[in-house]
Parts: sequence; structure tokens; C-alpha cells
Amino acid sequence: MPEPTNSPAAEKREAVRVGIYVCHCGTNIAGTVDVKAVAEYAAGLRDVVVSREYKYMCSDPGQTLIQQDISDHKLNRVVVASCSPLLHEPTFRRALERAGINAFFLQFVNIREHVSWVHLDKAASTAKAKDLVRAAVRRVALHKPLQRRQVPIDPRVLVVGGGIAGIHASLTLAEAGKQVFLVEREPTIGGHMAMFDKTFPTLDCAACILTPKMTAVGSHPRIKLWTYSEVVKVEGYVGNYKVTVKHKPRYVIDDLCIGCQECIAACVFKEGKTPDEFNLGLSKRKPVYMPFPQAVPQKVVIDPQTCIEFKSGKCKKTCIEACGDRHAIDFKQQETFEEIEVGTIILATGFKTFDPRRYTDYGYGRHPNVYTSLEVERLINASGPTGGEVVMRDGNKPKSVGIIHCVGSRDRNTNRWCSKVCCMYSLKLAHLVKERTGAEVFNFYLDMRTPGKGYEEFYDRLLDEGVHFVRGLVFEISDFAAHPSEEGKLVLRVEDTLGGFVRRIPVDMVILAVGLEPQANAQDVRRLFNISCASEGWFLERHPKLAPVSTFTEGVFIAGACQGPKDIPESVAQAGAAAAEALALIDKQVVELEPYTASIREEECSGCKSCVPLCPYGAISFLVDKKKAAINEVLCKGCGTCVAGCPSGSITQNFFEDEEIFEEIEGVLTYA
Amino acid sequence: MPDQHPAASANSRFEPRIIAFFCNWCTYLAADLAGTSRMKYAPNTRVIRVMCSGRIDPQFVLDAFAHGADGVLIGGCHPGDCHYQEGNYKTLRRVHLLKRLLQDMGIEEERFRLEWISAAEGDRVRAVIDDMVEKVRALGPLNLNIAALEMSAEEVTV
Repeated sequence: MPEPTNSPAAEKREAVRVGIYVCHCGTNIAGTVDVKAVAEYAAGLRDVVVSREYKYMCSDPGQTLIQQDISDHKLNRVVVASCSPLLHEPTFRRALERAGINAFFLQFVNIREHVSWVHLDKAASTAKAKDLVRAAVRRVALHKPLQRRQVPIDPRVLVVGGGIAGIHASLTLAEAGKQVFLVEREPTIGGHMAMFDKTFPTLDCAACILTPKMTAVGSHPRIKLWTYSEVVKVEGYVGNYKVTVKHKPRYVIDDLCIGCQECIAACVFKEGKTPDEFNLGLSKRKPVYMPFPQAVPQKVVIDPQTCIEFKSGKCKKTCIEACGDRHAIDFKQQETFEEIEVGTIILATGFKTFDPRRYTDYGYGRHPNVYTSLEVERLINASGPTGGEVVMRDGNKPKSVGIIHCVGSRDRNTNRWCSKVCCMYSLKLAHLVKERTGAEVFNFYLDMRTPGKGYEEFYDRLLDEGVHFVRGLVFEISDFAAHPSEEGKLVLRVEDTLGGFVRRIPVDMVILAVGLEPQANAQDVRRLFNISCASEGWFLERHPKLAPVSTFTEGVFIAGACQGPKDIPESVAQAGAAAAEALALIDKQVVELEPYTASIREEECSGCKSCVPLCPYGAISFLVDKKKAAINEVLCKGCGTCVAGCPSGSITQNFFEDEEIFEEIEGVLTYA
Repeated sequence: MPDQHPAASANSRFEPRIIAFFCNWCTYLAADLAGTSRMKYAPNTRVIRVMCSGRIDPQFVLDAFAHGADGVLIGGCHPGDCHYQEGNYKTLRRVHLLKRLLQDMGIEEERFRLEWISAAEGDRVRAVIDDMVEKVRALGPLNLNIAALEMSAEEVTV
């Protein structure tokens, strides 16, 4: 069927000269799509002046080819058929600009992610590629020159999460002279790293390397640290975010508390009665407490759930007496909200550990001497509940310890991913437990995964230290003694896959090497910041290799374990990368926004107002004097919902005009 | 209107043509993910990218059917996940109305589908497309009697 030449769209066109560029992408596209046939076919389409195929269109010679053709053949439209527009549309738009034509005279056709990589049949793939190119040729003829909007960037940065990643990103930005707001939901910063005693593989003291950074954050003139606070609302766009932060009541006035902790000593509770969150319930705290001795900021917190004053109102309030004329305690404190403006946001919200209660055969919570690895980190920690003594709940040192790897990792029934850090921290715990107790230590592993600088060497060292390694999955932990030697012990039943038999190994203490999981509220956080999650719940990066700390929302970056399991060096590296990305945006001073905004053709607007409530950003107002609607271009984000909803068709969206989309639909469906 | 369906002459099974409108932030990315994961699915869809499923004018769907599409698929973000806060709710509203209109025109229900597919659900793109292609294939080509529809439209306008 011949293409319609009398369509209204065709009549009002200038002389359109299209160049077609079909990419092989090595064999990525050419392996499944007959690129030569596509280019030859495209050469015969209306308006097409030149049609070429090339091995790597995005390479320098590929882009030069397009620029040369634009000048030699006086092209005013370009169609590139290659990968996803999300990957290389900006690349080719720049090439058009360099050749002196408007960037938006480009139409990008995705024949890799949407064709060659997902189909096997070469004929069908080639036919699909031809259809898509044909549609693009028809659409691109209608493209109009567009200008990107430039908006200034607020140089202030919001960092969410005060673990090692958030701390490092904040310090990097603050040192570069930028104002940083660091928001942490717990009463102190430090995150998981603050709970550890030693870090693998160097056995650096975690506190020695972390606490100076925490103090630096707390005292930095350009870091506004808000602990016990949460982000509750995010509005705006890259460069101009408006963020609402909720400050939860500590019942202690930040500016007045000097961290003397006399209130804790004076509390009517002589002993702590509440499981201490920081020590994972291995010790008890009072209603008024300091999360841990090195907490930053050094401010106490009052827990209204357990404080007698909150429960009955009849407490002697010895804490207030102890505080004296500092008057830092305020039982009437309310939560407050604060609005800040920032240009960029870094999310470093971290992870949570797997709850091993889900493996009922391991009896965690039932057998008192089955611990999680994080609990043992606290036992080993010099400032932990036992002062660094590895003792069991009865106060005795274990004589034998079993460490079970991959608890909540690499398992179809729970989490499929490898949590990456467990092999190494299990080796570290094996070393430390053996060092402190002299116990026999057994590691039950599926595969030892120790890639990283100095990691394999650390494993070698453990092999020499006399730690036992049993390759196989422990399928039961029981306290049932089948032999007098098992009396009072935990019996691990394991298939030794190297020995080829099932073993019973009695131990005093079991450590479950729990895996890493996305935070419980990761989905809420991602909605709040308008980013995506991968199917497992980790935050989704813009590109796994080339944009690992960027997201699909401009100006929002991710760092650390919120993006996937990571150890400390990787989290720090990502935090640095995210800070650098934010700095790059800030120092550019302006950001260019895609011009996909909507506008109203006033003469056609009937003034029906049906578009006004459709806009989620309040960008559409009704001009009462003119009886017409009007769109505020600054507020419009370019979704196009009002365009589709306008009964008179008087609203248009740049780059997604009705006519352009109709041409694309009809172009795809025209049988050639 | 096409005078001949391309698959009709090939003496093989019927290959339906499906126009898919995917939003830029969720379903288009999911289709990209299906690609980077090298998932394989039926080559019958042609994707048209829009920034938000809320941009999809019911006329686009009608236009696609009028020009020979055997099916139309709309892909948007899950409820609550729209990049533009609530564009997908507007889509849903329009789709409900449009479905009734299409029904009145004699277009079978399976030919028009709305799916929420997030950026992480590459496999869902594969599954939905394969399923829809099979269902539309079973229905056979859409023989829309444009002339009859135009006549009835004239009657209405008179």
C-alpha cells in the first residue's frame, strides 16, 4: 500500500531531508537483525536522503559520519537505529548539535534491547526493525526545534542515612565547601559499622576508623546533622528539591544537653529493664539512655514507651533534678517539621540483616546459644555488653563454635542473592572467637567467596590457624543428644559434601552468618524519592556499570548497601562517587531540563477546565478574565496527562505531539 | 487500511501485530531490562514510547486499531509508583471507558490490555507479550468494518 501523500501533516512540511543510521553494535544487533537490509529498505522511504549502517554508531567515527553527512547532504532530520534511547539518545543529540542542527531533530529507534536481544528469528527481527525505522522516518519529519530549559541548581545537598556511606558522602561534600543536611532516623549516626569491633581483612579497629569521621560530621560547620529525624516529603525536581524533615521528639533539648549522662545515673530505674537496641537485646538499658558510648551527637534520648513519667505521670523525675539548671529535659517536646531546599539528594539508607527465625530448623530464638553474626559482633566489641568477652548467655566461654554461612543468602526459599560480605566476616569472626576463647571453630560453607584485595590471603591465614572448614549445608540444629558426648550441646547435622557423608558435630555455640536484605521500608523510601527498586528491593541504579550511583530521577543518587550488598570499602567508594556526581551537577550551576512540557493553544481552548484537576503539580491555572486555561512551564514536568485529557485537543506536548504519535502509529502499521 | 495481512501470504500461522504504548519510567525500562537479560519473547509487538501512560490518548488506541493493529497493549507504572505521581490513575480511568467503547465496536476484550509493569519486571514484559500474542493469535486478524462504523457515525451526527 502506498504511503499517504495527502495527509494534512505532509502538506505543511518544509523540505525534509532525513539521514538513517543503523548500528550493528558489533554483533549485538547485526547477529539477529539484517542491518544491511534495514538500511537498504530505509533508503527507499520518503524523505530519506542517505541511509547507512556502521559497526559502532556511537563511536567517534560513527558520530563523525553523521555530522559529516549533515553538512554534505544538508540533512535536517536524523534517525538512529541502535540501542535504548535511555543509553545513547543524549550522545546522538549532542552529535546533531555539533553539526549545527537542533538536537530534537533526532528520532531514536531501539533495535537492540527491544529487538535483537529478545528475538531469535532473524526474518521477524529484521521486519520489526524495518517497521520501527519506517515509523521513525514518518515521525521525525514532524519534529520541531526545541530548546532545553535551564534552571539554576541549589548548591545544598541532602544526605539520607548516617552509616559509613552517608558519613563519607557528607564529609566529602562539606570539605568541597557545600552545605550538607544529613538526616538519620536513629538517635546516633554510625550505622552498622559502629556495631563492629574489627573489620576484615586487615582487622582494623572499626571504632578507630569510624568514630573520628563521626565526630567530624558532628562538628563540621557545613554539615547540619539531624539525628532521630526522617524525610517525610520531597517535592520539586533536580536542582530545586523542597524536602520536609520530621524531627522525632527526644524529650531532650539538643542545644542544652551536654552529654554528661547524669540523668541516666539518676533515673528511678536502678537497673536497665529494656532490651538495648544497639546491643541487639544482649544488654538492658534505662528509659533515658545514650545509644552507645561514642554516639554522635552526644545527646541522651528518653524512650516514652518505658519512661514512668510518660506512662503514669507520677515519676519523681530524678532525671530533671540531675540535669539541674541545664534544663535540657522537656517531657512536653512534640515532633516538629522543617522544610529545607536542596539541589541534589544522596540516599545511603543501608540494609538490614536477615531474620533467621525464618529457618525454623536452626532454632534461633529457641536455642539460647544460637546467635546471629551481628550479635556476636557486639559480644566481641570492647564497648559491647560483655566488654569484649565472648561468653554465652550462661556466662561461660564456648569450647566449640560452629559458624553457618549463607543463612538467608543463595536460597530459593528466602533470598537468592549472595550477600557478598558473609564469607569474609565469618572468617573474621572465626579468627576473633578463636583468639579470645581458644575454642574449636567450625565453618560450614557452601562455597568460599573471597574476591577482594587481601581477602583470599586472609582465608589462607585462617586455614593455617587451625579453623575447621566443612563444605556443606547444615540442615538441623538440635539439642537432642544421641551420645553422652553430645549432652548439653547443640548438635549440627550437616552433609559434608567433600567427605561424602552426613556428620553430627556437637558445639557449644552457633553463629548464623545472616545475609543482607533491603531495609524494611525500602519501598516507602523509593516512592518518597521517586526512584525504582530492583525486584529484590534494592534501589535501582541508572546503569549497572556506567551509572552505578545515579538513578532515573535526576539529582537523586544512591550509595552503599541500599543499592545491593556491599562491604565497607565499596560503600565508601560509592559514597565518594555519589558525592562527586552531586558536585559535578552543583558546579555546573545550571541544569538543563528536557523540553517535554505541555502548552495550550489559547485560540482553541474552550475553557472547559477539565485539564485543571488532571495536573498533579498544579501547573494548570484557569484565567478567569480570558476564560482559558494556562500552563506554567516551570511547574510542568511533561507527563502529558492533560494533553490526552483535553477534549478540544488544544494542549500539545513538546516532542510528543498528537500528530507525531499518530505518524508513529501509522508508520509502524503501514505494510511495506 | 491494509489490503493484505503480511502473514496471510506466508502460508503459516497468523502473526498478530500489536502496538504497545510503554511509559518511559517503568514499562519501557522493563522492556530494556528484558533485553539486557536476553529474555526471548514473540516479535509481534511494536513499542511506542510516551513519557507517562497518562499521555495515551484513547484516540491513539482507536487509530492503531483503525490502521490494522490486531491488539493494543498499554504498559504503565504500578498504582502508587507513577513517576508523575498519578498519571497511571488517569490512564486507568480512560481505559475503563475505552474498553466499553471498543466492545461496542465489536473489538474483542483480549485485543486491548492494560498492564502495570515496573522497571524491575523484565520477565513480566516477556510473559505479558507472549500471553497477549497467543490470545490475539487465537482470535485471528481484526476485521474491523470501517465503512460500517463510519456509516453509524454519520447516523449519529445527523
